[in-house]
Amino acid sequence: MSVVLDFERPAAEIRTKLDATEKQYAANPTPELDTQRIDLRRDFANRTQAIYRALSPWQTVQVARHPLRPQTMDYAIGMCTDFVEFHGDRVFGDDRAIVGGPARIDGRPVMLVGQHRGRETRERVERNFGSPHPEGYRKAHRLFELAEKFRMPVVTLMDTPGASPGLGDEERGQGWALAANLATLATLRVPVVCVVIGEGNSGGALAIGVGDRFLMLEHSIFSVASPEAAASIVWKDAKFAPQAADALKLTAPDLLRLKLIDRIVSEPVGGAHADPSAMITTLRSTIAGEIARLETVPADRLVSDRYEKYRRLGSWFESSRPATPVGSV
Amino acid sequence: MRNLFRRALPKVADDAGQEAVPDLWVRCGRCRDMVYAREWAEASKVCPKCGFHARLTIGDRVALLLDPNSWQELDADLRPTDPLGFAPAGRPSYAEKLATESLDSGQSEAAAYGRGTLDGLPVSLAILDMGYFAGTLGSVVGEKIARAFELGIAERRAVIVVSASGGARQQEGVVALIQMAKTAASVQALGAARLPFISILTDPTLGGVTASFATLGDCIIAEPGAVIGFAGPRIIEQTTGEKLPPGAQTAEFQLRHGMVDQVVARRDQKAMIARLIRLFSYSTHPAQDSTATTSTPHGEPRVVATAGVQ
Ligand SMILES: [Zn+2]
Repeated sequence: MSVVLDFERPAAEIRTKLDATEKQYAANPTPELDTQRIDLRRDFANRTQAIYRALSPWQTVQVARHPLRPQTMDYAIGMCTDFVEFHGDRVFGDDRAIVGGPARIDGRPVMLVGQHRGRETRERVERNFGSPHPEGYRKAHRLFELAEKFRMPVVTLMDTPGASPGLGDEERGQGWALAANLATLATLRVPVVCVVIGEGNSGGALAIGVGDRFLMLEHSIFSVASPEAAASIVWKDAKFAPQAADALKLTAPDLLRLKLIDRIVSEPVGGAHADPSAMITTLRSTIAGEIARLETVPADRLVSDRYEKYRRLGSWFESSRPATPVGSV
Repeated sequence: MRNLFRRALPKVADDAGQEAVPDLWVRCGRCRDMVYAREWAEASKVCPKCGFHARLTIGDRVALLLDPNSWQELDADLRPTDPLGFAPAGRPSYAEKLATESLDSGQSEAAAYGRGTLDGLPVSLAILDMGYFAGTLGSVVGEKIARAFELGIAERRAVIVVSASGGARQQEGVVALIQMAKTAASVQALGAARLPFISILTDPTLGGVTASFATLGDCIIAEPGAVIGFAGPRIIEQTTGEKLPPGAQTAEFQLRHGMVDQVVARRDQKAMIARLIRLFSYSTHPAQDSTATTSTPHGEPRVVATAGVQ
């Protein structure tokens, strides 16, 4: 499968020429062809880099949704050893949009929880396109508590268009399931490292995205709502999704500038989909480093630091402080 | 949004205690019947004919729940900012919307919080108001909710939050989204201090508010007929093509599905909250409760008091 995004086309054209030249050179290795293919390689790399350095927010959304972009199961298999997938919330069922279970990263046992969208149509349908039902969030909740019990750091990978909005989801308390996860993650007594690997939208992403460290892959997005949903609120028309993407400040560089995330993880040139195994290796060592640092922090301190981190977030004008102190925790 | 009143409710009895103009009527948003304005106000805007609970302002809520003259609003000077510089192409910017919103509503934000007493009990009360920016959760609302919980912890007060909200405020983007995590953490802090949180869900409670503090109450009370859910009916229909059955996402639907503890009519809410706080507060207010139990003939003060010692 090869997918070329619109704005990647100039690089893709060079790529086609390069592939042809490589083939010719393999059959007939002349010095002219050799020079040509070296030039084309350089052109391709330069062009790709130029394109990816200047992605618009809407282009970033498309990269974040790229069908060949590594997904949670790719990381579970490529980044971890010993991953054992745990199924079910012990109440209603097993949601396929959230996967999780114990695994090792660089030998250290962790609890891995992430949203998985799937690639082929059948898998995408089975996984509800990465939109978890309440039982998915309750499975995640169960795994968070298990992690605390066995002192395992939690690693979460966000990649969802949002929590599923169906009648059944409402009947089974989608909002309640999301809120319970926010509360539990806020006070979990083990390190929690959260990474947006693709699309991290709304409460559906946040419900597995509260932790000590919040990372974003370079071309992932993190937003209060999908650009389409925001557009149907602000413009009353989902077609304005590109304009919504511009206004929402949903890219990693924008969010780092606003101090809403802790760190950006660089992607290979041309995006994670251009070199999935390089991406997976980078993320593994990044997460291992984050965990090693957090593990030196005592649990009480970890929880109070996390509380303070979220307590400070927000932006408002205030002319005076109240006469009565409102206390601190 | 439903059209609640054909004619806006006139000043029936404002803070100065002015009497209602006698010939004013209010039309019920559900049964469309005309109700005498004074009767309407005395019933806390509940239709005497069909029981419809019309939306209340922050002032109405305070009058409904707190003891007279006990309300002290705090940090009323908090004002929204425009953290993203939200300027959607071809639409009014957030800064512009904030300006018109304050003018139209006469309010500075979608929530108020403060201290007061409820049937003599010290409480920290926060109220969300649909009248400003659809009650949406942004930085100011999130900060006021967080401070309401901190007030509860600092002064050993039960916390009551009355929700009415369309969800997270899109115009503040991730800054609004993060308020969900921040307020959920505040609920946890109150819980660690063993103080009760009573969450009142009113019409409508949706989106990021349903998915954070509002559904984390030690007791969740819903107002009759209130629309309560995560995804709004329009989003459900657009996304799934499912037509919602009548009565879906109402308070009664949520009660049936095990998501709220009680559906309580407006006139009974204050008494219910007072009962709950007293039930939850036995160990945290020993002095108050020992007087309460000694005056209760069927109490077993000695046994319970021992169990309640921290
Ligand atoms: Zn009526």
